[in-house]
Amino acid sequence: MNRLEIENLGISFGGIKAVDSVSFSAAAGEVTSIIGPNGAGKTTLFNLISGVYAADTGHVRIEGADVTGEPPHRLARRGMARTFQNLQIFPQMTALDNVMTGCHLRETSNLLADLLGLPSSLRETAKSRGLALSALERVGLANLAARPASELSYGQLKRLEIARALVTGCSILLLDEPAAGCNAVETREVDDLIHAIADEGVCVVLIEHDMRMVMRISSHIVVLDQGSKIAEGKPEEIRDNERVIAAYLGAHGAAEARAAHA
Amino acid sequence: MNPTLKALLITLALVVAGALIFPSSYYFRVGSLIWINTISVTGIVVLLGYVGLVSLGHAGFFAIGAYAVAVLPGYGVPSGAALFVGAAAAGLLAMVIGRPILRLSGYYLAIATLGLGMLIWMVLTKESWLTGGPDGMVVAGFNPRHWFALVGIKMKSTEAWYWLTGLVATIGVVLAVNLGNSPWGRALRAVHDSDVAASSLGVDVARAKVVAFAISAVYAAVAGSLLALANGYITPDTAGFMHSVEMVTMAVLGGATTVYGAIVGSLILTALPQVLTFVAEYEHIVLGGVMVATMVAMRRGLVPALGDLAHRLAMRGRSK
Repeated sequence: MNRLEIENLGISFGGIKAVDSVSFSAAAGEVTSIIGPNGAGKTTLFNLISGVYAADTGHVRIEGADVTGEPPHRLARRGMARTFQNLQIFPQMTALDNVMTGCHLRETSNLLADLLGLPSSLRETAKSRGLALSALERVGLANLAARPASELSYGQLKRLEIARALVTGCSILLLDEPAAGCNAVETREVDDLIHAIADEGVCVVLIEHDMRMVMRISSHIVVLDQGSKIAEGKPEEIRDNERVIAAYLGAHGAAEARAAHA
Repeated sequence: MNPTLKALLITLALVVAGALIFPSSYYFRVGSLIWINTISVTGIVVLLGYVGLVSLGHAGFFAIGAYAVAVLPGYGVPSGAALFVGAAAAGLLAMVIGRPILRLSGYYLAIATLGLGMLIWMVLTKESWLTGGPDGMVVAGFNPRHWFALVGIKMKSTEAWYWLTGLVATIGVVLAVNLGNSPWGRALRAVHDSDVAASSLGVDVARAKVVAFAISAVYAAVAGSLLALANGYITPDTAGFMHSVEMVTMAVLGGATTVYGAIVGSLILTALPQVLTFVAEYEHIVLGGVMVATMVAMRRGLVPALGDLAHRLAMRGRSK
């Protein structure tokens, strides 16, 4: 049984099938990448999996349990965490507070204790601070912990979101273009980080446009085009797949690519 | 410094400073009003500043607290206990009403809460057998002077009220600061900045909003009880629309993201009309002018804007 199973998932917006009956599964300890040209429905698929949108068709299963239609905060309880393509950080908080918010589900103090500032509440906050600091360390942002998040660069915010998702202690991590806005060195760091996360047994699902990165770190690749899955397989199988090349480059480009290879 | 201790010391210092410089009962009376407003506006800061929800109906909760101490003593409930009953009633009502209306946001929510405030005002005006109707009702005598006398401190009633409201405001401010730095507070502020991200981290956004709404309703009710007891008289105008607007205005002018904004906003908008009595009929023009100028120059409110300024000056000083 795979940790995350997607079956015939679909949604339409005003008659256009943004995601059309997509199925795939993702295993623990592996990186499963979802690729496809712009507008293929990758982020919409993420929003369906993470409960932001309600699916018209299909099912999402976590460890075999049907979680279709559950709201995002319940899915978070089941171990799902995600980052966002168009950044959903908390700009009024410091970088550290952003990540500490990711500890929400670990924190057990009640409202009254929080209002009164009881030791139980202060202990939880101290614990969260420790976890958040080590997560910031891990993504290379420890030196910016006290900065307001609004002062961080795009690439730094992408990594801040990863740190925030990591402290939840997730078992399924959805990463939406984590390397966007990163330079070559930073991309390499993100690459290593994702590797390390997967090695710890987390089921990582990745949307990424940097093909070199995708080919390097994915165990499994799912290709979307115009809402439908057009191919699925290991990186080397996808690299040479005619339909994938055609989707990215068009039929003419695919012919030229073939000619260049020959 | 520990933020709780800082809030405690700053607020207490302001209470003591007021008591030291006030020359007459009249000043102590205005001081009490400032602290009462600080309490209700601190509730608005929790709702508007922490979670980002606008309510134009909080005068309704304020009036629930006020009428609790006016009505309940007639049925044998002591004034002190009536205050807690009023606060609990306001909190419960906020939780019940909050579920459906907090699905709205922005001006839709503002209009829904406006309706809630008007409903409460209407009940208070129409049910005259219980509330005295539009004429209002007398609030049974309660004087904190006797409390202070018990521990051997003799003072005038106005002074006693000043100290009592100042101490309750201090507690209110400290609790709000505690909340802001706690696990719940982070969840609330996360909802303010991005409810999508907050829910992806496991925050139950609907519940967080209801909790903040209920907390702010309790603050408003406590402030209402204190005002009714201090005045000894109450009318349905306390539930009026203008009073709700006043609370939000104080929060925004002072800076809704911080409890210190609640103190500064209450101080300015309570004291300024008193100061401006010498310009008589131009009072509202000057008051309006001050508000417009402040918001244009410092849209985040006085306290955050001055904080930024101090920060920038400190940075410049260091770089030299």
